[in-house]
Parts: sequence; structure tokens; C-alpha cells
Amino acid sequence: MAFMRQSSPHSHGVNSTAGVMQTVLLACIPGLLAMTVYFGFGNIVNIIIAAITALGCEAAILKLRGKPVGFYLKDYSALVTAVLLGLALPAYCPWWLIVVASFSAIVLAKQLYGGLGYNPFNPAMVGYVIVLISFPLPMTQWAGASTLTGIEPLSFLQGLQQSFGLLHIDGYTAATPLDLLKQNDGLMLSQLYQSEAVFNHGSVAGAGWEWVNLGFLLGGLYLLYKKIFTWHAPVSMLLGLGLMAALFFDGGSSTSGGSPLFHWFSGATMLGAFFIVTDPVSSAVSNKGRIVYGFLIGITLYIIRVWGNYPDAIAFAVLLMNFAAPFIDYYTLPRSYGHSKSRRATEKTE
Amino acid sequence: MSKCFPLTGGVHPAENKQQSLQQALKQAAIPRQLILPISQHIGAPAAAIVEVGETVLAGQTIAEAQGPFSAPVHASSSGTVVAIEERAIPHPSGFRGECIIIETDGQDNWVELQGSEHPFKLSHEDVLEKIRNAGIAGMGGAGFPAAIKLRPPATCDIDTLIINGTECEPYITADDVLMQRRAEDIIQGTLLLAQLLDQPQRIVIGVEDNKPQAIAALQTASRQYGDKVEICSFATKYPSGGEKQLIHILTGREVPSQKLPAHIGVVLQNVGTVAAIWDAVKLGRPLVSRITTVVGQSLSEQGNAEVRLGTPVQDLLAEFGFKPDDCHNLIAGGPMMGFSLETLAAPIVKTSNCLLAPTPEELPPAPPAQACIRCGLCAEACPASLLPQQLYWYAKAQDNERLLSHNLMDCIECGACSFVCPSSIPLVQYYRASKGAIRQAEVDKVKSDRSRQRFEFRQLRLDKAEAEKEAKRQARKKAAELAKQKAAAAKATGNDGSQATGADKPADNDLVAAAMARVQNQQADPAEQLAKLERGVNNAHNRLQSAQQKMAEAEEPQQEKLAARVKQAELRHAEAKKKLSDFNAEQKPVVSTAEDKPVSKDDPVAAAIARAQAKMSMSPQEKLQANLDSLAKRLDKAREKIAKAEADGDTGAKLDAVKTGAAKLAEKIAAAETELAELQPQPTTTVANKPEQDAASAAIEKAKSKAAAQASMSDDDKRTAKIESLKQRLSKAELRLNKAEAEHDDNIEAFKTGVEKLKQKLIEMEVN
Repeated sequence: MAFMRQSSPHSHGVNSTAGVMQTVLLACIPGLLAMTVYFGFGNIVNIIIAAITALGCEAAILKLRGKPVGFYLKDYSALVTAVLLGLALPAYCPWWLIVVASFSAIVLAKQLYGGLGYNPFNPAMVGYVIVLISFPLPMTQWAGASTLTGIEPLSFLQGLQQSFGLLHIDGYTAATPLDLLKQNDGLMLSQLYQSEAVFNHGSVAGAGWEWVNLGFLLGGLYLLYKKIFTWHAPVSMLLGLGLMAALFFDGGSSTSGGSPLFHWFSGATMLGAFFIVTDPVSSAVSNKGRIVYGFLIGITLYIIRVWGNYPDAIAFAVLLMNFAAPFIDYYTLPRSYGHSKSRRATEKTE
Repeated sequence: MSKCFPLTGGVHPAENKQQSLQQALKQAAIPRQLILPISQHIGAPAAAIVEVGETVLAGQTIAEAQGPFSAPVHASSSGTVVAIEERAIPHPSGFRGECIIIETDGQDNWVELQGSEHPFKLSHEDVLEKIRNAGIAGMGGAGFPAAIKLRPPATCDIDTLIINGTECEPYITADDVLMQRRAEDIIQGTLLLAQLLDQPQRIVIGVEDNKPQAIAALQTASRQYGDKVEICSFATKYPSGGEKQLIHILTGREVPSQKLPAHIGVVLQNVGTVAAIWDAVKLGRPLVSRITTVVGQSLSEQGNAEVRLGTPVQDLLAEFGFKPDDCHNLIAGGPMMGFSLETLAAPIVKTSNCLLAPTPEELPPAPPAQACIRCGLCAEACPASLLPQQLYWYAKAQDNERLLSHNLMDCIECGACSFVCPSSIPLVQYYRASKGAIRQAEVDKVKSDRSRQRFEFRQLRLDKAEAEKEAKRQARKKAAELAKQKAAAAKATGNDGSQATGADKPADNDLVAAAMARVQNQQADPAEQLAKLERGVNNAHNRLQSAQQKMAEAEEPQQEKLAARVKQAELRHAEAKKKLSDFNAEQKPVVSTAEDKPVSKDDPVAAAIARAQAKMSMSPQEKLQANLDSLAKRLDKAREKIAKAEADGDTGAKLDAVKTGAAKLAEKIAAAETELAELQPQPTTTVANKPEQDAASAAIEKAKSKAAAQASMSDDDKRTAKIESLKQRLSKAELRLNKAEAEHDDNIEAFKTGVEKLKQKLIEMEVN
């Protein structure tokens, strides 16, 4: 009787990569729900187009590389990237924009580096940035909340048609709260809040967007509960952002950048904190490192939002810190058992 | 109960312990054949002391410990030794090892056991010797010889004795059963160890809280024996039973990296080892059996068995109804840290705590590994607070430096990281391979360092030899050149060059030098040179004539050009003639010096050369004469200057300076004259057949004759000759000294020392 020769351990836990990815997808649902309620089916259309492109591109590249396509597609990682892109891109944006973004994310930012686990940059964010810089106009046309524009939220079919340019509905776009703050020129915040309709229908961060962020916050907490990731990165990011906002909030003058609450619940903050920053492949590795990483993302995010060129800057902040992650790793090793203090990764040992 | 610290990291695999606790402890039958490896412990393998064919009794020592870091092996049952050969042993690599094979006779006759009535009255040395002679090694799985662990370094002050009853791995219940059945022996053994370690302040047995019966049994037993042993139970988590982890849980202290627990004052032993120690000391019983858990769904029964060491795994499994076809992976040990057994013929050894025979459904093989997504679950689970994902990347990259800086060597290979990995990456396998590669690299480095040292030394030696050869070559070259110079000087005054230049050998392997030497030889040959120069003169004369002829025949306008040509030809002719006359002049013997002007005054350089050559060719006598003459001339000039100055009416410093200059010159002349006078009586010996044409050649001849004479002289004669010459030199020096004293020469001191030195030398020579 010939026995197998295996290396210990012989028993295995229940975790699986596909399981992790599926849990992440599940956690996106509350946020997506809020988006659909306020902005219509635009994001769902986005997700569908992105998913088809992403999976198609991934399959094609895997085939080119001679790898078993089914095995690699089953880890759901391409799907997660597609969903995140779909959520991040503006609703009702043209279909080719989504295709370009998905292609860039999967092929350029992930497969060309070796596939899952080898990419130094967050693929969804790379796709987002590429289309943001290449096609600035479509990327700034955000749908206004339906409570705001008065227009009924578009149905799924209408959303599809809009994406393919077959429908011409006017007036559904509106400036986002972050846009408004950036373009604010002379009005005190309280006055801004009074004058702009978007703030009337929302309490802190504008109509629709508050609920979206709350939705993603809920999803993030669920992921924490499931121990998909640790609290260090998202909490540090929010802390960094809040600290900067608190530091530079001068009570709401015309030059102020917005209160911490405003920043936390507007734009893509919560999506970024719990779904982008926590992407394990491109972030720092140790818990100490994740604190530094998240904190710096929060700070960078505030800087770009208030003093930079873009109203929202999750993508840029995250990509900048992706550059820094290996360096952060060198200096944030944990203290191992039996050592008096943590070591530097670059130490030369005898 | 004292405070327990929580375990860092850790995982919760399914316990699966109830299967083997269903039935009572089985006494495994003595097998037909016992296979006893001589190395069942960490350290040097034991050496067999029995021979094939010898009959042995149970408990008899059949292999002796080799050195301090070793343990003996005993026969587990009586029988005959049928072979001492390599057999399959339980090892992850599937190694074979030297084993003593005993064919049992079924009688199980024992040797006379040397127990002791009062174990607590024995001295430390006695106890340790009993423990060592009983072959006791750590039975928790590592196999560290107990006698060494219980003799901590003198510098270590032991304040805590921990007994490990944790048994954190799933499926294994051997220690649980032991603690339930032999709690008193364990407590007594613990107290014995405490005495051995000079009563540490804290004695504690650590047990996980999933063994309530064992805890109760131990607590009862401890109360029976003075309640000195503390039973500490804590939350079940894998791997809290690891030595380092248990020490941290019970004491809060961490064993420093690469050091022993003894260095922080802790000694830790497994409960099985303690029970065996008690047996060894109280009953004199060596370690020949242990409790092993036999579990897995490919068995019809599952439970624990007290089995003799050396029992082949096959026999033990057969007792539990093993169905080989149902089992795909036979594991020695638990599911987390056990290794796969390749063959059923491997025996039970001192460290075999479990045999796990699962079906594929029970322990499915790991799915194919996917990419690492750096999720960090492994880092959360690591009990040593390492970064397994980084270790994985660096292990794949074979970056040994980074592996070491990330503390790879602190990995206890517990398998918690691989257990939680969502991508099913066999992390521990990578770490084991990397550790092996690092160890091998260190060994290779030592070897290559030594090779490099030897190579460098060899290079040094060769270079030195080369340098010496080169130095010798240089010395030879210099000597040759010197001889050549002398020969050239000799040749300039008419001797045949070949003799002088005979000493001039061209440099080894130097064709150019040889050619140059040849050329020089040719040139040095006066007859040839003469002929050459005469030819040159003739040619120049002919050319001049033809040029003049052409000019006469030529037309008017061309005559200017031709005139230039004629002039050139005339110059060349004159040059050639001059060369010839120079040569002739050189060949003539130089008798007088100052009046001899072989060269026209128009050529100062040639004149200087001629003068120098003339000087070189002069004898010392002639040199002095020349010197004298030149000094006289200078004196005349100086006197003229004085006269002129006085005539012009110059006074003062300049006049005085000129006067002093003149006075000095006069002195010099006097000195030169005396030297010349002294030189006259010097005998000039010449070899009879050679005419004395040149003082230099005369000197060479003198030296040669002297050498020849010396060669023919005996040592005594040589000595007398030397003394003679010294005496002459001394007399000369004394003359000079007297003269100096008379003239109040400034250099009187130099003269005096010269005389002293010569006297010294003379005395030495005469004494020796």
C-alpha cells in the first residue's frame, strides 16, 4: 500500500480566497442599494458592463498565459474589481468609459504584473485614474439625487440605454457636494448650505451621498465582523481624514474645507475606507504598517480634496500610498516572540 | 490558581479528541519483531553494544550513549538480536536508519531492575545518572535527552518548573490518558524534579481546559503530596502546548530568540517524560514503552495503547483493525505537526505520540495552492508574531538575508499559518525548505572561506617566490652591467673587447638586450669601427667631388642650388673626417692630460666628453696630476683677480673673499701634492705578458691577479695578506692624520675616526 507523502499540516481551515471575495461582494450590497434608491439603476448597469469586460479580459489574458482559465476565474477577484469600478464610476457614464476602465484595471494593473497577488497597485483605482485623466468630462458628470432633480430615478432599461447613448435625458446631472465645496468662492459654509439644494435635502453631506456612505459603512462593519480584514487600515484612514478636516476647519468660513463629518460622509470616503484601502494585495503587510498606510491615505485625501485639482481623490491617495507600501513594510515589522524590539527588514544578520 | 497569559495568535482546529477516549487504554501485544533505532533522540546516536545472535532481556541496554548529548537504547522485550542494519525509521524525509532488530521470544523476561526505596534521598548525581541510563528523552515529540535538560548551566538560576500536559494538537489524547491514570506518579516525579533543580519557587503543571478529568486527577494527587504542585488550566487554543508558548502563557516571560528556557530560569518537561523519570528512579525501569494514540476513520477501533518501543507500526495498527485501502495518508503525530509515514514497517519510537490513519473524507488533501493575496490571516494566527506572508515571498525569492531579518529561525513550524491560509499555500513547507537552504549556505560559506584563505595564502607564497626570483635577476643584471661598464672602459684604451665584454652576458630571455649587446660588441671592436669611419670619410669625399663636378657642368641658374649641395657635401665630409680623427684619438693611449686636446675647441660638448673619457682612462696617479694642474691654474687665476682688484683699488668684503678663495686653493694644491707624493710609492703590479697601456686596464689586471692569487692562497695566507693591506691603509691614514693635525684641518675628527676604525679592524683580524 503506497501512502501519500504530504507535508504538515494535514488539516486545513475553512477559509478560501473565493469565500473572502464573495463576502466582500456581499458587503457591497447596502451601499449599492442606497445608490439605486437615490440615483437609479445607473450603477447596476455600470457593474454589469464592468463585470462582463473584466471577466472577458481576464479569461483572454489567462488563455494567452497558458493558465487554466476556470481555476483562476473562480477566485472572484476580477468580479470584485469590476464591482468596485462600477460603484466608483459615475452612474450613466458612457459604456466605452467603463470598458476602458475595466480593461486597464484587469489587464494593465493586474495581469501584466502576474495576476492576483502580484499587483503593486490597486487595480480598480488604476482603472479609475486612467479614465479620469483621459476623459475628464464624462467623469465629472454625476447624477443628481432624484429627490433633488425631481426626475424619476431611471429604470434599469433606461439606464442601459443612457449608457449606450440611445437615450437623451437632460438635467439629471448635478454637482456633487464635494464639487460645490471646491468651487465655493466667497460663501461661508452655512450660506452655501442654505443656498444649494443638495444640502437642503441632506443633513450633513448632501442628498443621497450621505446614505450611500452609510451603506458602505455598514458593509465595512460587516466585513470587520467577519474578520476579512483588521480594523487598522480603515480606522486609521478615517482618523487621518477626520484629523486633517478638524485641524483645518475654521468654523465654516468661505475658505474652509468642510467639517470632519462632511468629509466622512461625502464622496467615496466610506467606499474607499472599507473596500479600497483594505485591498490586501497592495496595502502594507503588518498591522503597524497598516496604521501608517491608512493614516497617510487619509491625510493625502484631505490635501488633494481641499488644495488639489480634483474634488474627490480616493484613487490618487490610495495609489500614492501603494507606492509607499513596500517602504512602510520595511520599517513596521512586528516584534516577534523572543525579541526585545522589532527589527528593520533591511537588517543584515550574521 | 495563578494568572495565565493569553496565547498570541493561534487557531482553533477541530479537536477530534473524543474518538480515542471511548475505550480504555489497551496494552499492546509484544510484537514478533522489535525494530529499535539507535537514534530516537536529539543528539549523537547511540552505539550498539550487542552482537547479532546475542540473547537479550527486556530492559537490557543494547546501545550505549555516545558522549554527553546522547541517550542509550534498551531492549523492549526479551529475545535474540537477529540483525543490526538499516531499516525504515519514522522520519519526515523517509530516511532509513541503523536499527537493532530483536526477534522476541514471547517470554518478556526482564533484567534485574535497580530501583530505589527512597528516591528523594538520592543525590543529584545519582538521580541524573539513573535518568540517563534509563534512556529518557523528551516524549512530547522533540526527544531532547532529559538528563541534559535537568542539568541546566550553572549560571542559570531555575525558579520555575513547568510540566507540559497541554497536548494542544487535535486527535492526540496520549497525555490525557496518562494524566488520568498515573496522576500520582506524575506528581511524585514532578516533586523529584523539583528537588533535582533545588526547589524552584514555582512548580506548575499546565493543562488545557478541554481535559477536565485529567485536571481533576492531578489536583487530587497534588493535594495528596503536599499541594506544592500547582495545576494551571487555560483556554484551549493551538499551539499553546509548544514549549515557548506554554512558558509565556504560564509565566508571561518570553524565551529569548535562539536561547534555552533555562536562560530565563525555566525548565519544562512533558508529563510522559516525568512519569518515565519516576519509573526510572523509583523502579529502575528504563524507557521501553509509551502510550500512543491510534486514531483515524480507517481503523475499526480508535483509542490509546501502551506499546513497547520498537513495535512496527503495522502491528500496532493491526490491533486496531486498520484498513489500509481506506487510508490515503498515514501520519505519525497529529494533523498539524505530524509527518507522513511512507511505510508500515517503521517502528514506534520514544517520540511517537500518535498514529493518525484518516480516510480521504476525514482529512482531505489540500486543494491546489492559489496566489497569496496578502490578506494577513497568517500573521494574525502566528504564535511567534512573525509575518508569514513576507516569509513566503522571500522564501520563494530565496532571499536568505531578508528571511533572517524577518526572524525565520524563530518559526516553530506549528502550521497555524498554513491552516488559516485562504489560498491553501503550504507555508510551513516553504519555511522548512528555506531553513535547510540557509543552514546549507552557512556550511558552504565556511567551506568557501577556508578555500579562499588557502588560495590567498598560496598566491602570497607564489608572489613571494616570484619576487625573490625577480630580485635575483635584477641583482645579476646590475652586476652584469657593472662588469660591462668596466669592460667598456677597458676597451676604450685598446684591449680586445671580447675579454671585457665577455663578462657582459645579455639578460635572460631578452632578445633585444642580446642584440644590443651584439651591436655594442661590434661597435666596441675598434678595427671594425675604424674601417666603418674610414668608409664614411671616403663616401663623403666622393660625394663632395661629384657635387663639385656637377656644379661645374651645370647651367647658371642651377648653380646656386648645386652650390648649396656642394656646401652640404663639404660639411658632411668634414664631419666624417672629424669622426675618424676622434676615433683615432680615442684609440691612442692617453699619457698626458691637460695638454691633450684631441678635439677642436669649437665643440664644447665633445670636448667635455673627451675630457671625461680621458679622465676615466687615467690612472690615479695621472688623475691627481691633472687635479693638481687644474688647481694650479685656478690659483693663478685667483691671484690675477687679487692683483687686479688691488690695482683697481677695491677694498672690503670682495677683496677679502677673493683672498680667502686664493688661500683655500693654495691649501688644496698642497694637499694634492702630498697625495701625489704618497701615491708614487704604490706598486703597480701587472701581469707579465700584458703591456701596460692603460691605468684602468692595469687596475683590472691588478684585481684579477689579486683574485687569482687569493684563489691560490690558503686561508692563512689570505688572512696574512688581508692584515698586510690593513696595515698599509692604517699607516696611510696615520700619515694623513698627522698632516691634518699639522695644518689644523677642519676635518681632523674625520681623520681620527678613520684611523680608529682601521686600528679596530686590524685588531679584529689579528685576534680571529
